Amino acid sequence: MPKNNSIHKIAVIGSGPIIIGQAAEFDYAGSQACISLREEGYEVILINSNPSTIMTDDEIADKVYLEPLTLDSVSKILAKEQPDALLPTLGGQTGLNLAVELNDAGVLDKYHIELLGTGLKTIEQAEDRQQFKQLMQDINQPVPASLTVHNLDDALNFAKKIGYPVIVRPAYTLGGTGGGIALNQDELVKIGTRGLSMSPVTECLIEKSIAGFKEIEFEVMRDANGDKISVCCMENFDPVGIHTGDSIVVAPSQSLNDHQFQQLRYASLSIVEALKIKGGCNVQLAQDPNSDQYYIIEVNPRVSRSSALASKATGYPIAKIAAKIAVGLDLNEITNPVTQTTYAAFEPALDYVVAKIPRFPFDKFTGADRQLGTQMKATGEVMGIGLTIEEALLKAVASLEIEPQIETSLLPLTKQTDEELSFALTHPTDQRLFEIFSALDRYWSVKKIADLTKITPIFLHKLAHIWQLKNSLGGQLTSSLLADAKQYGFSNAMIAAASGKSELQIEELIVQSNIAPVYKMVDTCAGEFASATPYFYSSFFPGENESKPLGKSIIVLGSGPIRIGQGVEFDYTTVHCVQAIQQAGYHAIIVNNNPETVSTDFSISDKLYFEPLTTESVMNIVNLEQPLGVIVQFGGQTAINLTASLVQHGVKILGTSLAGIDQTEDRHQFEELLIGQHIAQPKGATTMNLEEAAAIAPHIGYPVMVRPSFVLGGRAMAVVHNEDELANYVDKAMKAAPHQPILIDHYVAGIECEADILSDGHDVFIPGIMEHLEGSGIHSGDSIAMYPSQRLTDQQKQAIESIAIKIGKQVHCVGMMNIQFIVADQVYVIEVNPRASRTVPFMSKITGQHLAKIATSLIMGNSLADLGLEAGCAKEPAHVSIKAPVFSFTKNYLAWTALYLLK
Amino acid sequence: MKKYLTLEDGTIFSGTAFGATQITAAGEIVFNTGMTGYQEAITDPSYTNQLLTFTYPLIGTYGIVKDQNQSGSSTCQAVLVRHLETEVDNANLTLNEWLKQQYVPGMCDLDTRALTKHIRKHGTLKAILSNQPVDHDEFLHMYGVLGNSISKQPTLQHESYQVDDAEFHVVVIDYGIKQAIIEELMNVGCSVTVVPYTTNFKDIEVLNPDGILLSNGPDDPNVYVDTLPLIQELEQSYPIAGICLGHQLLALANGAKTYQLPFGHRGLNHPVKLLNTNQTIMTSQNHGFAVDPDSLTDTDLVVTAVEGNDQTIEGLALQQLPAISVQFHPEANPGPLDATNFFHEFKELMHKEVKVHA
Repeated sequence: MPKNNSIHKIAVIGSGPIIIGQAAEFDYAGSQACISLREEGYEVILINSNPSTIMTDDEIADKVYLEPLTLDSVSKILAKEQPDALLPTLGGQTGLNLAVELNDAGVLDKYHIELLGTGLKTIEQAEDRQQFKQLMQDINQPVPASLTVHNLDDALNFAKKIGYPVIVRPAYTLGGTGGGIALNQDELVKIGTRGLSMSPVTECLIEKSIAGFKEIEFEVMRDANGDKISVCCMENFDPVGIHTGDSIVVAPSQSLNDHQFQQLRYASLSIVEALKIKGGCNVQLAQDPNSDQYYIIEVNPRVSRSSALASKATGYPIAKIAAKIAVGLDLNEITNPVTQTTYAAFEPALDYVVAKIPRFPFDKFTGADRQLGTQMKATGEVMGIGLTIEEALLKAVASLEIEPQIETSLLPLTKQTDEELSFALTHPTDQRLFEIFSALDRYWSVKKIADLTKITPIFLHKLAHIWQLKNSLGGQLTSSLLADAKQYGFSNAMIAAASGKSELQIEELIVQSNIAPVYKMVDTCAGEFASATPYFYSSFFPGENESKPLGKSIIVLGSGPIRIGQGVEFDYTTVHCVQAIQQAGYHAIIVNNNPETVSTDFSISDKLYFEPLTTESVMNIVNLEQPLGVIVQFGGQTAINLTASLVQHGVKILGTSLAGIDQTEDRHQFEELLIGQHIAQPKGATTMNLEEAAAIAPHIGYPVMVRPSFVLGGRAMAVVHNEDELANYVDKAMKAAPHQPILIDHYVAGIECEADILSDGHDVFIPGIMEHLEGSGIHSGDSIAMYPSQRLTDQQKQAIESIAIKIGKQVHCVGMMNIQFIVADQVYVIEVNPRASRTVPFMSKITGQHLAKIATSLIMGNSLADLGLEAGCAKEPAHVSIKAPVFSFTKNYLAWTALYLLK
Repeated sequence: MKKYLTLEDGTIFSGTAFGATQITAAGEIVFNTGMTGYQEAITDPSYTNQLLTFTYPLIGTYGIVKDQNQSGSSTCQAVLVRHLETEVDNANLTLNEWLKQQYVPGMCDLDTRALTKHIRKHGTLKAILSNQPVDHDEFLHMYGVLGNSISKQPTLQHESYQVDDAEFHVVVIDYGIKQAIIEELMNVGCSVTVVPYTTNFKDIEVLNPDGILLSNGPDDPNVYVDTLPLIQELEQSYPIAGICLGHQLLALANGAKTYQLPFGHRGLNHPVKLLNTNQTIMTSQNHGFAVDPDSLTDTDLVVTAVEGNDQTIEGLALQQLPAISVQFHPEANPGPLDATNFFHEFKELMHKEVKVHA
């Protein structure tokens, strides 16, 4: 069908703040959808409360409402805008729920707003457990025995009838919040009570557990004409029982033969047909490892985290196509954006393997319950692409940015006894992969590990192969052994850890042995059609290099997985940096490994390298592309942390120099900088143990603020008032992170504020000073920020401005930086981040200035004057804007609440 | 042990030998883009005398599964894969062991994507897989010699398959049939008798068929020109269905022409638009030739389906007679099950015919 010409103006609902289970992937999907609709000539009205996204950029939609996603607020916007249609299926569960509310409240009828995409009846049929079960029975698709209950007694009776274990699935909650597996009656009492209370309709599904089956997902699409395709089949490394968001996932499926694969594909397509889906849909299935029996687990009638992963894994832009289907176009009318010569009605063929590994927040939330189950706990994810499972998996490990020792040794930090390890393998945590390696290290057989973990042996064989290679690296490092290790994805750091040599030595050996990667293209069609997708991954498997250097290029480093302290804001700044580079007439190349984000959409940059953000992989790309330089200041701490070693490797860093970065990052240099400029800083010191801490603290003066030095985002910091509290804190911190220094600073009670500064290396421009509502001691990322500030005097503001200018000039800032202050008896500086900060999207949106783009222009050699900016602090607007953090606490059952308790 | 793939244009790819390592292979080099179904492809007689490359890098993951073979043996000349998987889950035979038993040589550890792109650019090429690279000057001579000595033919069946309460009896003319076609016919309630394509009309007539199915098979359809009179005779008497080569032969028998595609369609993701319903389905395909649309003008043939990517003909029907054919593989195995309706359509034709004659 041709596109719907009866509508002109479409409202799109975004997914709101980033929370566990609903993260950056919705920024990616939403941005794609808006762009896709505008391509078709529609006027797009976007409603989303999250300022930190690309989606809420003024360039994405015709009009952006940064307003709350509530019935009241959205109703008002709809009344004002009177759109012809509403598209709710691209804003995650939030968007869907809101559409249901708007419909129930009669708002859609009142303003004659047509709902686009998958209809509400479908959404209800897919989400309501009972209706869904009925539908599956109607179309002869098998589902595990289950019963919908509204009270605990019914749950217990049913479980008694079908036998334990049972799965508790609360209705209408996101990412399975409140659910779990109950092995016995006691557990069901606990989980059932929680589930019922968390479901907005006090409803849970009690279901026969099929834990231990293979978990398979299909990302499928259907159009109004009834044409259906399967974009991607993904196989979970972990069996049913662990939320797919918390499981390692590979694509395409690995252990299914064609018969099983086609059976599941057919089931998935039958379901979307029965549901009359118009757009994208995720179908989760369980395959019995010992027979051809399968069950349908659930269906998500919208784009999701899995669809973002499938898009990146295949190159097929699901959200973009889903938006076109929503306005009436059929798959066989939509051009395939990859080949440009064929249509969207086809199924991608992969000639590589991808592995996704979830990124968990337990490094920050050390006291939280780490056990994995049906409720998602990961905050983000990374993806590795390779020619073997081993290569894809190890590249993903290298992208995780967890404790380096784990990443390189592939073993857990703490040594477990055999009993503990057995227990861990049957009670999986975020450490699962490394615990399996630990079992292999003890020569446990694949069979034994398979029995304990229920993981499909093919994956365990791959891990065993990795372990065998790792062991052989402990002997003579021959060229052929090195080549083998590189081909199967070992990073130089991993080889160094396995062989006891330094990374530098390995690097030299690799060069001597003439081992270098080639880059292969992701083209959706396994080379069958000529494509020019600028989307590449590396492999050390010898062969043709398909990536030709662009010339006149600049490499932008992304920020890796979403984690506490480093969220979607850094993807926003990365994308803006790329756009500014392109506007200046240069080629922009992105290196990143996060499949959820806008920056890893291959249409954003001139070239995307989907690679780990390590010195090794960046250098391989630099050596090939010979760029004019590398920009590190928009990729969060991830990119900044690579600066020193890139410079050592001879890379030209564009923007603030390494020396300038060091001046702000190195504690001693930073102190010198402030002293030299007569800028006040709370007194502080570093310590390794309690005795020292106890001796230093009175000298610094109680109350003191204490925090582990390595922690990004400043989680786990606390204010303590006396030696007892100090001892308590140090004890916990040492347990959480042994052998890590602890920072102790005098706690200055006052107003905390921060400013981003932009500089061309000579003059400094300050877009505005933000004031934090909470007092000092609360991490800036966790506090509410206001602009303009409400409590600062003009004099205080001037003092802040003058300090900011001094620091900017002193470190020769080129591009942008972020400075944090406490205003008390005088203005103290507590921290300088030599990079774009999480406030950049917020400030950009409220000041109407694209700060990251301006910063990029400065990096490219423009002066503030060239850009029409006056040095000094910008004039404050009359209206007040507020940014509030959103916490995922209901999910993580945090133990570290010291932050609040000790205040 | 090293292995070399020499192409007629002089390009050489090297890799590691597996399967029947001592055997030399020669034939057309083709690629298949399926991510599952290597076993079904390797045993598909349509690949007879071709060197089969898989674009998916990990082949052999689930070994050789019982009852999935599409014919009694593997008649392709060789199997080329990026990475051979040797650890298999259950107690299945590995691909390596099985190919050894089948006397089929293999090569792994080569850049199959580079090879695929080469074929895409230069078209299907003659190739020799050997333990030594072949000198360019020697190539054609050696290819000719090998062609005579190692060329294979699919074993044609002469078998009957009964189902309980069969509604129809279908005689399948075998050019190198995939077992799944027989199974699909049985699934829709047909008893099946398979006869070699060299069988004459009388011998088919005595089998008393309700319908005739022309099977898939290897090679250029024009080499089967001797079989066209049989088809012309059969279509006057029985409803006919053709699959793949059978589709091309039906077209030739009715005055159309075929031509060679640049590099063929071999994979499980080929979109086909069915013109009667305007639906697009995903199909399994394996063919190097296609029916020329310009040659249909003066024939009784009409196009019923086209490929979504290159608009080549995927389905035909006769207007005056009950005959339908598809270029793709509705029987799947390997591949999507989207097209199994073809067998119901064939049954419909047989139903109508019964009514006409009743």
